[in-house]
Amino acid sequence: MRPFSYVRVDDAIAASQATGSGSAFLAGGTTLLDLMKLDVLRPEVLVDINGLRDASPPATMTQGGMRLSAFASMAQIAADPNIRRDYPVIAQSLNLAASAQLRNMATLGGNVLQRTRCNYFRDPSWKACNKREPGSGCAALDGVNRKHAVLGVSAHCIATYPGDFAQALIALDAAVETIGPVGPRVIKFDALHRAPGDTPHVETNLAPSELITAFILPRAPWTRRSLYLKIRDRQSYEFALASAAVALDMEEDSVRQARIALGGIATKPWRAHAAEQALVGKAINEETANGASQVALAHASPRPGNQYKIELGRRTLTRALLQAASMEVRA
Amino acid sequence: MTRSAEPAVVRLGDPANRVDAQAKVTGAARYGSDPEVARPVFAFLAVSPIARGQITRIDDRQARAVPGVLDILTHENMRGEIRPVKFISDGGYMGSSIMPLSSPKVLHAGQIVAVVLADSFEAARDGAHRLAISYAEETPSPGFDSEGVEVVAGASASKEHQDPKVGDAEAAFAAAPVKIDARYSTPTQHHNPIELFTTTCAWDGDKLTLWESSQNVHSFKNGLAQQLGIAAENVRVISPYIGGAFGSRGSLTQRSALIAVAAKRLGRPVKLVASRDQGFTIASYRAETRHRIRIGADQDGKLQSLSHEGFEVTSRPDPYMVSGTDASTRLYACPNVASSVSIVHADRSTPGFMRAPPEVPYLFPLESAMDELAVALRMDPIELRRVNDTKTEPIKGLPYTSRSLMACFDEGAKAFDWGRRNPQPGSMRDGDWLIGLGCAASMYPTQMGAATARVTLTISGTAKVQTAAHDIGTGAYTVIGMIAAERLGVPLEKVDVQLGDSDLPPAPGAGGSNTTASVCNVVAKACDEIRARIANAAVASQDSNLKAQDPKALRLSGGRLIGPDGDGEELQTAMRRVSNGAIEAYAENAPHGVGPDAIERLYRGSQTLAGGAKLQDRIQFAFGAEFVELRVHRLTREIRCPRVLGAFAAGRIMNMKTASSQLMGGLIWGVSSALFESTEMDRRQARFYNTDLAEYLVPVNADILAAEVIIVPEEDHEVNELGIKGIGELGNVGTNAAVANALFHATGVRIRNLPIRLDQLLGAESI
Repeated sequence: MRPFSYVRVDDAIAASQATGSGSAFLAGGTTLLDLMKLDVLRPEVLVDINGLRDASPPATMTQGGMRLSAFASMAQIAADPNIRRDYPVIAQSLNLAASAQLRNMATLGGNVLQRTRCNYFRDPSWKACNKREPGSGCAALDGVNRKHAVLGVSAHCIATYPGDFAQALIALDAAVETIGPVGPRVIKFDALHRAPGDTPHVETNLAPSELITAFILPRAPWTRRSLYLKIRDRQSYEFALASAAVALDMEEDSVRQARIALGGIATKPWRAHAAEQALVGKAINEETANGASQVALAHASPRPGNQYKIELGRRTLTRALLQAASMEVRA
Repeated sequence: MTRSAEPAVVRLGDPANRVDAQAKVTGAARYGSDPEVARPVFAFLAVSPIARGQITRIDDRQARAVPGVLDILTHENMRGEIRPVKFISDGGYMGSSIMPLSSPKVLHAGQIVAVVLADSFEAARDGAHRLAISYAEETPSPGFDSEGVEVVAGASASKEHQDPKVGDAEAAFAAAPVKIDARYSTPTQHHNPIELFTTTCAWDGDKLTLWESSQNVHSFKNGLAQQLGIAAENVRVISPYIGGAFGSRGSLTQRSALIAVAAKRLGRPVKLVASRDQGFTIASYRAETRHRIRIGADQDGKLQSLSHEGFEVTSRPDPYMVSGTDASTRLYACPNVASSVSIVHADRSTPGFMRAPPEVPYLFPLESAMDELAVALRMDPIELRRVNDTKTEPIKGLPYTSRSLMACFDEGAKAFDWGRRNPQPGSMRDGDWLIGLGCAASMYPTQMGAATARVTLTISGTAKVQTAAHDIGTGAYTVIGMIAAERLGVPLEKVDVQLGDSDLPPAPGAGGSNTTASVCNVVAKACDEIRARIANAAVASQDSNLKAQDPKALRLSGGRLIGPDGDGEELQTAMRRVSNGAIEAYAENAPHGVGPDAIERLYRGSQTLAGGAKLQDRIQFAFGAEFVELRVHRLTREIRCPRVLGAFAAGRIMNMKTASSQLMGGLIWGVSSALFESTEMDRRQARFYNTDLAEYLVPVNADILAAEVIIVPEEDHEVNELGIKGIGELGNVGTNAAVANALFHATGVRIRNLPIRLDQLLGAESI
């Protein structure tokens, strides 16, 4: 960890103005401090935004749905009764992530911006990592890549986006409120992250110093019939090998609308629009679910070590759809 | 802790609480890097990213400019302070003979290339990150199947190695009506004790104190003295508590001498806490292995031929080899046995001991193959083991001192409800979950080493036991206290046990599951000497109601010296005839099978364990039977373990609670070894990849819902006076095969390469 200076701010506007190049926001610190100790991130200024945690309530019911404070902890939102009832996929994606200790520390805003777990990125003594050192290459392409992505990959980076919560947000068409040097704005969550392309070091569309302040969850007929299925080698405290966030609006036995996102297998939060369309008007059974899963992974591009993720991704989605269709949901 | 006015009498075998439990849960226990030393300098290591080549340039200007950085040790400024000391299996003390900082040469990835010394940990780490080291890199040979490795037959690698062999295995295999011929592999695994690898050194004149968690303090002391060219009596190694070891702290690593040199140069104590990822290469690990097993059997399941070929990866210079064929060829009756072991020298760090070093990797293929044979024969796997059970080992025909393998299978099967198992693979389901039940045998050699101990009994009824044995979390403090309490007739709470300090009388390293047998027997001997002195004085005394009795028949019990009829006198009364202060006894014990120089060697920190399959007149092993239930999801194929159960027979159990805990830990680690633990290597660079606890997986509670231990009563009057067999490693032997066998039962898919993960089950045809 290299020496840095430290500023504590008490409001979001001040926060967005206190920062500049070489600065980083510090909330829960569960990713940032690790990466600083590992010498991956070397910010010169840490802008501590923990003073903003109590500025707004963690979760608020609104006309259009719910507003989640970006400064709320993962644990707070996972425990919120309205979230658990109306947006189970949100609660589950949060609860299935990390450990209880980390969920108490980590904020929602930090969570969606967490960095990849690719060890070629996390250890600077590996020379090639375009994400860490633009232009240096990608060691994972022909290295150890069992956990790397098969969707949204490029010749420059196959690092998996590790988060769970983001899959729920992207599936539900959530929006992001931010405040930056030029003021507040709202963007679709779908527009927050970028696929690596030839600039894997640029992971989001946030402007420098732009701070996420809230997530907006729209009210919709599919949110109550929603779930998050996370598949991993061990049952807890591990990132997904594959995951699916699924929300269904059913009319009798047939799908009126579906919302699907896939995690653990893509370079960014991954919405599977084509698979959603494939389900419209159909009953959910193993055959139709498999059909949608085939569509969802149709353009996957594996490496030798992660070939299995295509089949795992499909099966994860199939299982999630079957489970969602059989959920008991109160009107 | 139990609290009562009268301390309860603790008998051998009782489930007494650990005497050190409170210290451990309150933070009072001091681990390796905990001692407070005055004005410590902090060290941070820099390690090599390349596996083979030369350091061409070290630019340390930026590192030295970090405020607080005091000095940086590299090969350029070392002055020959450290002498080469031989590798352990070549008769030396070192866990690796690769000497970092002795030359620009790099022999493995993660080799120490610099030690940054600073006034704070943060400055030292920052300095290490700012070191710019250039290398001339050569293409490394990572391991099996790679160009440039050197394959050496076991017998050429070590003069002690023998390939167990009897009859004509090849001919018998050719003639056998039922055959299994299969290849298996086990991955590189790391111990990952939660306590990191640390070293603290302080000099006082020419005397050096090393605080470092160690499973072998006398070996560390002698080895470090040899490295530094100083007298062994000038080195003291202190390691009272150990935050996990599992073999990783069993032999001296090269880091300790580097820190000693740094402390000498700076004239201040130096403390090193290596990072988690560095722990993957500065200490040892379990080597990757490959196996070919051929079994030929009759239609009734009787083995006619067994052949086991093993291959193990090691470093370039060191012939580390576990040779598990010593055990695997002796588990079942078989008239024709062949075996071989080869080691493959590659560009890696030197592997080393990891809990049941030979048996874990070598019983996986054997016990998997036995399950495959049971399937081929349409026979219950337990019955197959019964058909091949034996009371003599098949190679030399030596008798087992005791062997309760089938009793373990029977007790275990009953508790596990093995009878509910439908033998048809894939036939047992619970909704979307496929259920599989599997079993495997466990075995571990009963070994002992020469040991010494000093016991002191005071007139006030307190006792002190001093021996440089080690409690690596196993309960050694407790069981050693229990034997002294029982033999001296004092409450366990009145016994102060001191371990883990090379100033104490030497005891063997904590390895090979020998500590309880080696140390409890010698402590019993010392206690008996105290008892004899008190008893002899009593029978010779006119005022004793024990006068003229046979002193050998008198015991110390419940604070009294008593005869066979229970009559006697108060301990204080009896003791005053000898001393009104304290009686101290020092004892040595050289067990059956060790050489005449065993005690002398022990004092030099060089031990040999006797037992297992190495004795001339008998064979001694402990046995167990392990049962695993797995669930595999029909679609996503995640593997979960709702239940693991082991039944074990290991002679006298000193403490049912610590023994059960230890065996349970073994079972859990066994499941972990099968389903989770694998150190992945980037083969292009011969470099470990998943060097942290996020990516090197160990199970969480939710992965293994129930772990049960059954201790099957067994008496063995031959192994040693107390009849102790040792249980430290027995628990995690065979578990990996039981898991693979359960997986086959659940799915019909036979996985022969560990770890078993869902990748291998996706697209597999049989589910």
